[in-house]
Amino acid sequence: MGLNEAAIVGIGESACGKVPGQSALQLQTAAARAALEDAGLQWSDIDGLITTPVRVEAWNMPCGVVASHMGLRPAYLSTLDLAGASGAAMIHHAAMAISTGQCETVLCVAGQNLLTHQSRSSAVQVMAESGAAHSQFEVPYGPLVASNYALIAQRHMHEYGTTVEQMAEVAVTLRHHASLNPNAHMQKPLSIREVLDSPMITSPLKRFDCALVSDGAAAAIVTRMDRARDLKSTPIKLLGQGYGLSHSYVGDALQLPLSGAVDSGKKAFQMSGVRPEDIDVAQLYDCFTITVIIELEDLGFCKKGEGGAFVQGGRIGLKGALPVTTHGGLLSAVHPGLGGGFFHVIEAVRQLRGSAGERQVADAKLALVHGNGGSIAIHCTLILGV
Amino acid sequence: MSLVNPLRPLPIPNPLTEPYWQAALEGVLKMPHCLSCGQFHFYPRSLCPFCRSDALDWQAVSGLGEVYSYTVVHRAPSLGFKGMLPYTVGIISLDEGPHLMSRIVGVPPEEIFIGMRVNVDFESQNSEINLPVFVKSLQAPRVVTPKENA
Repeated sequence: MGLNEAAIVGIGESACGKVPGQSALQLQTAAARAALEDAGLQWSDIDGLITTPVRVEAWNMPCGVVASHMGLRPAYLSTLDLAGASGAAMIHHAAMAISTGQCETVLCVAGQNLLTHQSRSSAVQVMAESGAAHSQFEVPYGPLVASNYALIAQRHMHEYGTTVEQMAEVAVTLRHHASLNPNAHMQKPLSIREVLDSPMITSPLKRFDCALVSDGAAAAIVTRMDRARDLKSTPIKLLGQGYGLSHSYVGDALQLPLSGAVDSGKKAFQMSGVRPEDIDVAQLYDCFTITVIIELEDLGFCKKGEGGAFVQGGRIGLKGALPVTTHGGLLSAVHPGLGGGFFHVIEAVRQLRGSAGERQVADAKLALVHGNGGSIAIHCTLILGV
Repeated sequence: MSLVNPLRPLPIPNPLTEPYWQAALEGVLKMPHCLSCGQFHFYPRSLCPFCRSDALDWQAVSGLGEVYSYTVVHRAPSLGFKGMLPYTVGIISLDEGPHLMSRIVGVPPEEIFIGMRVNVDFESQNSEINLPVFVKSLQAPRVVTPKENA
């Protein structure tokens, strides 16, 4: 039984944005309930659980804490931590667990109250000191998480002539997508001028080049294809996946503008037998605007160095050649930490089902989801289809 | 001169990194060096990342290099850095090969550019930690042969 014998059959989100009065477990439970309802399944159908760590609470064994909270005693459970690539990887791991007979129906769930648990400032500090930067050789110099990406952006601009206007276009496009997403944290349209005039955080990245800090959780249910066929919605298949790692810290990466997405994309395309030009919609990880530009290049949607030009002229918009991150992403829809990249998976499923409402990409049959963790270091690419 | 804010996070050396911080305390920049393939690397590792040899030692390097990338930080990650804003965090490409993150000091941010020649300097944080930082260098690039001069 191959991985394509498992399918995503349910998706759900909690309320997203600023959601006071909800703990991480409450948000995750809300997302899980929504996913079960979407699938037409019961709690008792779940016999596998995959989740990620959270930052707002210290959980010794996150998958155990989450399972126990939901009253589950799964036959298979696991906590994944590939930083921002965790969301995409959860789906692959669920498919592996099912295809090797560990369990039949896996709940993948992640998210937390990253915004309301603490102030935005303390969230920024926690993130800056939580391992994205090397504790001895980087943190003492005072980089923000955003600084690591700013170093990447600056180098990309130097090598390829990428401009701040091009980066701004990513923010503007994704904000437009978010404006069509009723559950998005930020829905007010944004102009290139507003992005360029927003406060400088860590040059060349300005406020609107950077992801949000949000509350929110997302869940998906993966089950055996033979069961999936009997359920409410069109089963979404995992056609291929790949992983890639280029470095662990930005300071010792010798070829910064080149990322592990080269490897993860190559493997995912190879396995699925499709090519970048076949992809109808790409849910690319967008912790910063430069991230999207580099992923477009390294996944093979354009040549290295041409990502900046690629995002211009509406090419990554809903009616463009390659609609990107159609829910609005981490930049505008929701970013609750490690689970942030999971919303990209949820959105890919919506697009493939044709249920993305006003932001539906016409005739979307093949979606790519890309997760990136660390400072553009660890990557997971999924190719999903109907 | 350095105004050391006690709220600023400082490195806590461990057995893998102790030689680096000990050398820094003596005003010397040392890098892990492979006795098998001859290459320097950084950050410290148990095995040479190029040839996987475990025959490693620490050697003083020239402290010369160039700016590989930089960012001017306008928003502090934590309270301890607030008084320093804005400051420039850079990645330095040492003439010996390794990259490292550092701060570029003594140069107005608008005068910093990728490729700018720099050399190491040290900012004392307390009696145990000297933090390597980089200043603008007037010295031209040169090929450096590793030599122990600590």
